[in-house]
Amino acid sequence: MRLSQQVYDALREHGEQTYPHECCGVLLGRFTSEDGRSVNDVEDAIRAGNTRTDSAHNRYNIAPHELVKIQRTGREQGLDIVGFYHSHPDHPAQWSPTDFAEAHWIGCSYVITAVEKGAARQTNSFLLTGATEDDKAFQNETIEVTGQLDPGLEPELKADIA
Amino acid sequence: MTIEIPTPLRVYTANQSAVAVDANTVTEAVSALLARYPEFKKHLYTPDGKLRSFVNLYLNDEDVRYLPQGEESAVQPSDTLSIIPSIAGGGLAVQAGAPSA
Repeated sequence: MRLSQQVYDALREHGEQTYPHECCGVLLGRFTSEDGRSVNDVEDAIRAGNTRTDSAHNRYNIAPHELVKIQRTGREQGLDIVGFYHSHPDHPAQWSPTDFAEAHWIGCSYVITAVEKGAARQTNSFLLTGATEDDKAFQNETIEVTGQLDPGLEPELKADIA
Repeated sequence: MTIEIPTPLRVYTANQSAVAVDANTVTEAVSALLARYPEFKKHLYTPDGKLRSFVNLYLNDEDVRYLPQGEESAVQPSDTLSIIPSIAGGGLAVQAGAPSA
């Protein structure tokens, strides 16, 4: 998946701002193909509210009516929902059994940022592959950040330096 | 009316993001969609015919589940029915570095 430095920073900052609660949001963009492989090209990250106020430190849920509106907004801009993001406060940026069980948007990217004591650390993306609920799987996905000030640094290193 | 198709299910509607159908109720609209794209059905309903728990149907801005008439609610040609899979998850991560699939 590919996104700009601005969008990348924005979704990580969202996780810092909601700490110690999980943040969540929707990634709007386009499904593209390069060299025979699909690339989820993200144009914008739309913040969403976390409805899991009962357990916001380790659960998130985006209200469907909010998704409907975001999908509508995206369509007006010629963009599709290509992924989602959320944070793991004081937990690794790895998908959890809950993340997997609740993942239903096959073909979309699920971006997770670990937020440690309020500071964004590792950000990983997992592509939900498969054809049905029975054979779906999360696949590690490279995050290509465009427009970086120093392209020689990995995003995680940049975050640590910052 | 128009039925908006979420990105993961467009593979079953010939990549169309929206499908126009003639219908008087939500049920008729969904039936028309499934008649045109039979492969869509198993992604919407369980084998025993119930709407999958993670699938939401929205008539314009209203959750069909909570409309007084539910799926039998009347629809107008200008209405939009959105099919929206849920988004949830979080925390309690598996061990870092563990296989992801």
